[in-house]
Amino acid sequence: MSNAPSLAARPAASLHRFANPGRFLRLSGRLLPWLAASAGLVLAVGLPWALWFSPPDWQQGETVRIMYLHVPMAWLAMGGYAGLAVASAMALVWRHPLADLAARELSPVGAAVTALCLATGSLWGKPMWGTWWVWDARLTSVLVLFFLWLGHAALVRAFDDPERGARMGAILALVGALNLPVVKFSVEWWNTLHQPASLTRVNAPALHVDILYPLLTCAVGFTLAFAAVVLLRVRAAVMERRIRALQMAAARRAETDG
Amino acid sequence: MTRKRKRLYLLLLCGLGLGSATALVLTAFQDNLVFFRSPSDVMREAPGPQRAFRLGGLVEAGSLTRSTEAGRPLARFVVTDGAAKVPVAFGGVLPDLFREGQGVVTLGKLGPDGVFQASEVLARHDETYMPPDVADALKRSGHWNPSQGAAPPASSWNTLQPGRGGG
Repeated sequence: MSNAPSLAARPAASLHRFANPGRFLRLSGRLLPWLAASAGLVLAVGLPWALWFSPPDWQQGETVRIMYLHVPMAWLAMGGYAGLAVASAMALVWRHPLADLAARELSPVGAAVTALCLATGSLWGKPMWGTWWVWDARLTSVLVLFFLWLGHAALVRAFDDPERGARMGAILALVGALNLPVVKFSVEWWNTLHQPASLTRVNAPALHVDILYPLLTCAVGFTLAFAAVVLLRVRAAVMERRIRALQMAAARRAETDG
Repeated sequence: MTRKRKRLYLLLLCGLGLGSATALVLTAFQDNLVFFRSPSDVMREAPGPQRAFRLGGLVEAGSLTRSTEAGRPLARFVVTDGAAKVPVAFGGVLPDLFREGQGVVTLGKLGPDGVFQASEVLARHDETYMPPDVADALKRSGHWNPSQGAAPPASSWNTLQPGRGGG
């Protein structure tokens, strides 16, 4: 019991080092160009590789190229939501101001990638399955994920007091995190029209390496781009908050002077 | 620090409660959340003749016959899950991926003659992706006949390079 406070103090102390908005702006300002450049570079290799130089699928033909957009978007939709849940937990437990801002700026981007995942999936489903949409467990749970992203984006902006909005949003994000295992395992728990996972299987991935490597390259590229966009948005939000604080202070000064 | 601890424990407790509640609900609905029924399910308890449901399984090899009836294409095939079979009749255009050995999900009603009258046929592909030359090499070497079922274990072909002389 005696070492409990020190255990609790260590993560909090290291987190609070990054809670300093000035330090965050400095560090992220240095990181952002590298992040954006590497995203551009990886996608400049990955997209032509995936869209032109990789082989077609033996039964799906050229349509399989939708996968190189659809699958990274699906991974980002879920990985991004896991990030949202972590940020929300940190915001609720440690009252970390940057975690609130990160969650607030993450959700519109997450909603966008989930929308792209649904749209590309629909475009892929029509020629292959023969339908734009079915209400099977996988498709429905991803639609729920999309509504969770939209709901979070709307909820954190719906209160006059931003702190209250952030807290409500964090609770919604954590409750909604229950949907993540449902999305992931829906294709195993229930029978669905959507096929099971190709990559995360007990034995080898069921993708030929000529299809797997361009897919992984695209996934890395889109993940870097996603991170760059979110970081850019958080930086803008921190600066916006700073400007508002300065304006408030200036207004207050003008009032007391006059 | 104690307040942070308290919030952390409260959060973990809520997560545990919500998580187990969701798990219980999902387990309870396990049987109702099926998108389609397999031929074995239909054999065990056939839904009423007026009840539309989805039947899913593999198209049995050698069972597909196509004809034209009153100017409409009519396809007859057998859907199987290995243990049971249900004959299906479908008047309409089949999806591109439809073939013998492919997974399908069909929507329709079971007729009094035991033939499933489908109004919609969806193709269900598996989770394997391979270039055409790899599929050809597997078929040529006799390791795989797509009309008989799923591809062999992925580790046996996912690094195969037939066009480049590699192993």
